[in-house]
Amino acid sequence: MSVFSKILTALKGSAREIGESVVDANATRIYEQEIHESKAALARAKQDLTLVMAQEKAAEREIERLEREITRFEEHALAALDKAEDHLAGDVASRIAELEAEHTAQQRAQADFAQHIVNLKDLIRQAETRVREHERELAVAKTTESVYRATESISQSMGSGASKLGGARESLERIKERHTLMADRMKAAEELDAEFGNKALERKLAAAGIGEDANRKEAVLARLKARRDAGSERIE
Amino acid sequence: MDTALQHRISEAGQRLAGQLGAFELERIPGEVVVFKVAISGREELPIFITEADSQLLCICYLWTEADIASARRTALLEAMLDLNVAIPLSSFGRIGDKYLLYGALARNAGADDLAQDLLALSDNAVDALEAMADYLH
Repeated sequence: MSVFSKILTALKGSAREIGESVVDANATRIYEQEIHESKAALARAKQDLTLVMAQEKAAEREIERLEREITRFEEHALAALDKAEDHLAGDVASRIAELEAEHTAQQRAQADFAQHIVNLKDLIRQAETRVREHERELAVAKTTESVYRATESISQSMGSGASKLGGARESLERIKERHTLMADRMKAAEELDAEFGNKALERKLAAAGIGEDANRKEAVLARLKARRDAGSERIE
Repeated sequence: MDTALQHRISEAGQRLAGQLGAFELERIPGEVVVFKVAISGREELPIFITEADSQLLCICYLWTEADIASARRTALLEAMLDLNVAIPLSSFGRIGDKYLLYGALARNAGADDLAQDLLALSDNAVDALEAMADYLH
């Protein structure tokens, strides 16, 4: 069963309440123990592997040495035969036979070591997979347990009042209201800003003698003077 | 560990103050270490931060089973599933009868990562609540 399936089963089982343990604490301990043991076995297997690999290399070197020896003695045997030293050649031949027997034994040993290496590597891979699976399972179980407990603490501390968890509609409405208020305020501020901006511009234009406000004072004065002049003419 | 986490959260809060407004950080009493982050203007959607095994979880509770209009429940669940992949940095979830959005970070995530996640989560939560309002009472 996959890790997730187990958790789902644990969550669905017997209409759980928040606060109730999702994962059996005892099972968690067993898992932790299993992980611990698997890791120890893994460490041992890795140590074995380095040892066997060293032995395999040594066997390989021994095979090479024996091959060189065999070649050397074969040359000696041929030289003895050339000199008609048949007896000596016979001695050398029996030495070669010994070396060849040893060579065969070493080859067999090397093959055994090589096979052992393959087996150990398989074993290590399997153990590593098992440790990874267990660790994942434990992580999922612990996380599930942890979020349920956290939610319990949160529910208890926020149990009543306006901040109660999950009053979804009201939450949304309050947030929206505040957003609208904020947006309105920003809009008002923008308008105000724009207005001040315009007035400042108009004042600048007037100061430069541009626009309809530019000569208003002169125009008023001229009008009043004209009215006064007209009035005095009538009195005369 | 708690104080280190608290320090990282408040550091993240300072970085976000310009974008989200003032942060209020408090530790929730209880056996599990949980910090509550209330964001000014979004007090109804506080974010809870807790350490769970190898992760740092930032959780924002959205609604409960009781809020869901029963006739539209399946449609709601499908909508959540459809949206889930597209939501930046946060995912929908459920703990007991509580529906939530959450972001998961590595346990040793720094203040920058935390700030990024909190910002996304808060925005996503407001958005999700608005989008899903049709399915709720």
